[in-house]
Amino acid sequence: MKDSVHMLTCKEVVDFLIDYDAGDLAPAQKQEFDRHLAMCPACVCYIQTYHQTIQLGKAACDSAKPEPIPEELVRAILAARQAGK
Amino acid sequence: MSAAKPVEAVAPDDESDLIRRLRANDAAAYETLVRTHGGRMLAVANRMLNNEQDAADVLQEAFLAAFRAIGAFEANSKLGTWLHRIVVNAALMRLRTRSRRPEQSIEALLPAFAADGHAADPAVDWRETSAETAQRAETRDFILASIKKLPDNYRIVLTLRDIEGLSTEEASAALDIEPNALKVRLHRARQALRTLLDERFRAGAL
Repeated sequence: MKDSVHMLTCKEVVDFLIDYDAGDLAPAQKQEFDRHLAMCPACVCYIQTYHQTIQLGKAACDSAKPEPIPEELVRAILAARQAGK
Repeated sequence: MSAAKPVEAVAPDDESDLIRRLRANDAAAYETLVRTHGGRMLAVANRMLNNEQDAADVLQEAFLAAFRAIGAFEANSKLGTWLHRIVVNAALMRLRTRSRRPEQSIEALLPAFAADGHAADPAVDWRETSAETAQRAETRDFILASIKKLPDNYRIVLTLRDIEGLSTEEASAALDIEPNALKVRLHRARQALRTLLDERFRAGAL
């Protein structure tokens, strides 16, 4: 991303989103990023849904009720322990 | 495959007693540990490896490692947290031994842009995307299936960082890739997952 003042495109906003989130953009770059967001509802929406994606993925995995461990696997693990592995 | 016996979760107050019995080499205590935590640990291994046989092997390796290390377990953290770390590490070791497969392309799942840099398909709001949404069975299953659709190299990074909570440094060391390369891969994985979820959330099909 260039340091000089540059009107960001939507593609650049998406490309550098992870750096923006991490606070890794230089102040001038962050300013251009924020300026673009102030004028582009589609990018605001993209970023919102990108963050929602992260939250939904974690929530889905965390809430998935795990199946009980198969009985054969319980026996195999305990047998391996008995065998001193 | 026979049905598993019902797992009796160990109540928090009983955990210190279980630890004491494990350290005393009580065989029944080992069985309780496996039955209490095995299901959740197997789910972690499955998410990371996307292969049932590998996940079962890794689970066995993880429990044997835990049995050997129980003497060093510091009871100021929960057993489940400790075991989670052990199974994640065991799965990472298995990932490292897998032969390097050619990277599958993710391009088709990334957002498209016109020549002037505008989005080819501008984003629109999603409906009903609270954490509660993800807990509804059908929605949850759809999200989990979407994660599984990601190409392996991208799914693993997203799983390690966003699901299992490893730091960039931990994940890049585990996968033996540069932190910057990991960051790029994570960002692309998230974008791809967003594309898959967008098809349903945008349409309001849920």
